[in-house]
Amino acid sequence: MAGILAERRNRLLALKRMREQGSAPEVEAMTCPACGRALNEDDLADNQRVCPYCGHHFPLGARERIKMIVDDGQFRELDGSLVSTDPLDFPDYPEKLAKLRAKTHSGDAIATGIAKLGGVRVAIAALDTRFLMASMGAVVGERLTRLIERATRQHLPLIVFSASGGARMQEGIISLMQMAKTSAAIQRFSDHGGLYISVFTNPTTGGVTASFASLGDIHLAEPGALVGFAGPRVIEQTIGEKLPEGFQSAEFQLEHGFVDAVVPRARMRSTLIRLLMLHGKGGAEHVG
Amino acid sequence: MSDNLPDTVDVLTAAQRVAIARHPGRPGVAEIVDALFTDFFEQRGDLSSTDDPSIMGGIALFHGRPVTVLGNRKGANIEERVACNFGMASPEGYRKAQRIMRAAEKFGRPIFTFVDTSGAYPGMEAEEHGQGEAIARSIELMSSLSVPVICVICGEGGSGGALALAVGNRVLMLENAVYSVLSPEGFASILWKDSSRADEACEVMKLTAEDLLELGVIDGIIPEPAGGAHENPAALFQVLDTQLTRELDSLSKMSQTALVNDRYRKFRAMGATAVKRGRI
Repeated sequence: MAGILAERRNRLLALKRMREQGSAPEVEAMTCPACGRALNEDDLADNQRVCPYCGHHFPLGARERIKMIVDDGQFRELDGSLVSTDPLDFPDYPEKLAKLRAKTHSGDAIATGIAKLGGVRVAIAALDTRFLMASMGAVVGERLTRLIERATRQHLPLIVFSASGGARMQEGIISLMQMAKTSAAIQRFSDHGGLYISVFTNPTTGGVTASFASLGDIHLAEPGALVGFAGPRVIEQTIGEKLPEGFQSAEFQLEHGFVDAVVPRARMRSTLIRLLMLHGKGGAEHVG
Repeated sequence: MSDNLPDTVDVLTAAQRVAIARHPGRPGVAEIVDALFTDFFEQRGDLSSTDDPSIMGGIALFHGRPVTVLGNRKGANIEERVACNFGMASPEGYRKAQRIMRAAEKFGRPIFTFVDTSGAYPGMEAEEHGQGEAIARSIELMSSLSVPVICVICGEGGSGGALALAVGNRVLMLENAVYSVLSPEGFASILWKDSSRADEACEVMKLTAEDLLELGVIDGIIPEPAGGAHENPAALFQVLDTQLTRELDSLSKMSQTALVNDRYRKFRAMGATAVKRGRI
């Protein structure tokens, strides 16, 4: 934790120096979309990208999220070079992917790897909403399935931070089939006694909700995260009226019995370590 | 898209196949059960709160052998269609399917599913009752069953709502059925913000039986009579019966473990050629 904070501070200091030298544009002032208050980058960086005023949870990149959670901010990424072959020859898709890869330095909408959490070796994954709204195509399905199979072989606990706008339209039916592939892998993992903690982050919808994200032994959610199968717009079109405030929020899912706890980012790491300990993995001394 | 119904029996466009797949006279699970199975006993309810008629399931004999039959029911007339919510199942419908499949496994009955839905119902109550969880559990359960599972996409195979009944050792499609990640209208609306471009979407989505066989998503195509199954259901039933008999015979030779492994390998391979190592 200290490592990642130091790393972030160094990055910010470097940015600041660049600004002072006039070689980088001023960081744009931003406002919190939830409370409307003015924020600067430092406010967010020092607070795990949570609004210090209202607690709104800002999106996180996949690697950023994993590093924020694991011991010393370190994890060994697996299958990082996997990319899509554009299986349906979909117009403009390869160009779109190339741009996003350059922008995010990531092969697709997921990071997977091995890390330690409270001293316990875990298989960990996070989806990335910056990459086509974390839609699940073949790369997301394949990387996640490989991670689950590795966790099964090596008897590692599995932690997945889900997010998704749903299926990867440009991969059509192949995208749909990833639901079956990942769910079948989770089923085998579970059959072998594996512990799977699924964390819903904003937003988790569509095929991800209707497959691996809903198959955890423990379900956690970040505050305010949208969690559902059909997206709000589709439901509103179906029923012909506006949805009530808070419909499909993490708190709504808690009330309706689909998540065990809504956990703020500041308590996520200690909560995960406690859950590992309660499943006989790691010692109580790590629980903060 | 009903105006897309073809006049001739030339090679059909994807949009024309969608129109045939949605034809109100197309035989559904109820007609198939009537024609191919005997002594059908319908199992109803999710054992928790309700019975969703849009999922039909039960026990029957197939050439004298007890089997479990499941499918999406769209309804034959307007009253039935409304009662069946036009074939869009609720979470309770999927939970009913799960308990019927568990019973099949307990008694060693092979399972046939007949899939025909535009998708799971996207309503408020469905969300409140966990549509995502219900579909996920159905997929998970199907992937673990130790009995033969044979799935036929009969009409529309729409999204996760269809996949929830389609994780089989064999997945077949009727010639004019379609199977896709979501409806062509929804696809056009999401990608181009224009649902009226659905016909165009049909062409790029690769949703016909031929496309899906080529992509390795399905195992075989069941030919339909000229003009579509609604033109001559009896002819379809005959071909379907022959094909299902053949598939069941071949799967019946496999052990329980082999059936589970066979299904795992099949879905594990989905999209294997859609990824490669690249430079980031």
